[in-house]
Amino acid sequence: MTVSALRQSPESSDVPLIELTGVSRTYPGPPAVHALAPVDLIVQAGEYVAVVGASGSGKSTLLNVLGLLDAPTSGRYRLDGTDALRLGDAGCTALRARTIGFVFQEFHLLAHRSILENVALGQLYTGVRAPQRLIHARQMLSKVGLGDRLYALPTELSGGQRQRVAIARALVNRPRLLLCDEPTGNLDSATAGAIMDLVGDLHSDGVTVLLITHDPVTAARARRCLTVSDGLIVDDRITVCHQAGARA
Amino acid sequence: MTRVRRARGADPVSVTSLSLRDLLSEALAGLSQRPARTVLTMLGTVLGVGSFVAVLGLTATATGQVSSAFSEQTATQVTIADAGASVSAEPDATVNSFPADADARIQGLNGVLAAGLSWPVGGGPQDVTASLRPGASVAQLAVAAATPGYLDAAALDMTDGAPFTAFCDQHAMTVAILGAAVARQLGITSAAGAPAVFIDDVAFTVVGIAAASVRDPATATTVYIPATTARTYFGEPLAYAPASMLAHTSVGAADQVADEAPLALRPDAPDLISATHPPSASPVRADVLASLNAVFVVLAAISLVVGAVSIANTTLVAVLERTPEIGLRRAIGARSRHVAAQFLTESAAIGTLGGLIGTAMAVTTVVIVALARHWTAVLDPALTLPAPLIGTLTGLLAGTYPALRAAQVAPLDALRR
Repeated sequence: MTVSALRQSPESSDVPLIELTGVSRTYPGPPAVHALAPVDLIVQAGEYVAVVGASGSGKSTLLNVLGLLDAPTSGRYRLDGTDALRLGDAGCTALRARTIGFVFQEFHLLAHRSILENVALGQLYTGVRAPQRLIHARQMLSKVGLGDRLYALPTELSGGQRQRVAIARALVNRPRLLLCDEPTGNLDSATAGAIMDLVGDLHSDGVTVLLITHDPVTAARARRCLTVSDGLIVDDRITVCHQAGARA
Repeated sequence: MTRVRRARGADPVSVTSLSLRDLLSEALAGLSQRPARTVLTMLGTVLGVGSFVAVLGLTATATGQVSSAFSEQTATQVTIADAGASVSAEPDATVNSFPADADARIQGLNGVLAAGLSWPVGGGPQDVTASLRPGASVAQLAVAAATPGYLDAAALDMTDGAPFTAFCDQHAMTVAILGAAVARQLGITSAAGAPAVFIDDVAFTVVGIAAASVRDPATATTVYIPATTARTYFGEPLAYAPASMLAHTSVGAADQVADEAPLALRPDAPDLISATHPPSASPVRADVLASLNAVFVVLAAISLVVGAVSIANTTLVAVLERTPEIGLRRAIGARSRHVAAQFLTESAAIGTLGGLIGTAMAVTTVVIVALARHWTAVLDPALTLPAPLIGTLTGLLAGTYPALRAAQVAPLDALRR
């Protein structure tokens, strides 16, 4: 099944970017682990959503399902108007590459490549030619404030700089959705604040952001806050979380 | 990027792709991350392909050399035996089917350059000593009666003195030529002082020392005395150690001389004489080279298998080590086949580079060996030029399993590590 055949038509501005309907994830045992109970979720394009919850609550499973890195056990998932769960591996990979940018807590940079090459890697499988990839990577590294370190190796950078590189790599393909998994988990508070400022800027530029975090300060920067507990979204608020973050 | 047009006129979307150029670039970048490991992994293929090419080159070169040497002997040597001795009832009886002028008869044949008669004196080793003083050591040595024609035909390599002449033979002079090993054993270093040796207490004057002979492999361990002298002091050849003739012919005449010799020597009873020339070298050479080839090809194959296992092992370890990278690549758009293709290309590249280096080293080795031996290097381009492909094939085969393993890595599992 191709991506095109599964997309909603005609497109309209009110089509949610993310639409989960009764999505669950159970890891087969024994004993079976119900990591995600059937959940419903709609995220519109341009939103800035934080997902909070205790360890083991199911927020990472939710992010993996949203990022098409893991297949749900049941339910329906429409991403950018495409029924993602009816896609094969190739279609799923294409939809992921086209729509989603990932930022991981562990950065996942290739240690033996320059940061320019690391960022250019984000477009390797999208059909963009090598010279153009490098131009885009330069632009993106300049945007995250690393335009003067293009040929540095990741090992020569600080943690905050590495995360900037990871963000640049996630954005080089101009995704509609940025999924961040504890992006500041390995950073000190000052660096974490700078990274979240950058994420906020990207959101202001129109990128939909969904981030998982333990940190209430980080979560407070989002306009919408989802609380996950025992595989369920137990709270979905627009302002409370933001206000709590502001108080903190 | 392959574009797939949506149904009902919607916007086109794409599936991810990886161009050949990018694939090669990524594979080489992957290999260059750990150059030392790459080189060590390559060694097995270098040895395997190198051995293979070197075996082919060296055997081809040696074949050419052996061929020319064998061909010369084959074409120019005839051995004429006394067939009458084998039908003699008494082994100890003296038998000699050759006429007195045997040398002249064979030398008169067309194409014969030299020929002569020879036989083991006394049918076996004789007591030989350099001194008759009591207590002097006595050696049991082979003593051969030989006509001057035989010495010519055998082409003795004289290190000292000279072969005895027809005059010596005609007058039954007690002269001798010592093989180099015999001379050393008897303590005689030169023929200049006309030293004497005693064969069964008969004194012989040493007139020369011979190191070797082109056509008589026993020269170094033999004492040669004139045939007439041998008849005078030791009698005719015995049935169990009969006389034989050696003929040196011009190239290509050996067959004809062998055919004519029995009639020339004994027109009354040609069956008493049998003439042969050395067997063709081709079967001998083929057997020897086939055995050598088999051994070295097996060694080369073992090296290749070791190389393949090395590549497979290293690639498998690389897959495990680079699992997070695989996860990242899957997350940013790599399909299973892209991941598999990258690891397969890396192993094929290792194999190809190993094959190229191995071939180059083997060709160099063959040329150096040929130069050192003053041979002509023989390398078949039809076998040498495609040799690096053996490395490629080895790399592809070795990389298949690790590549499939890499392709099966789930992106989520990979990113969790």
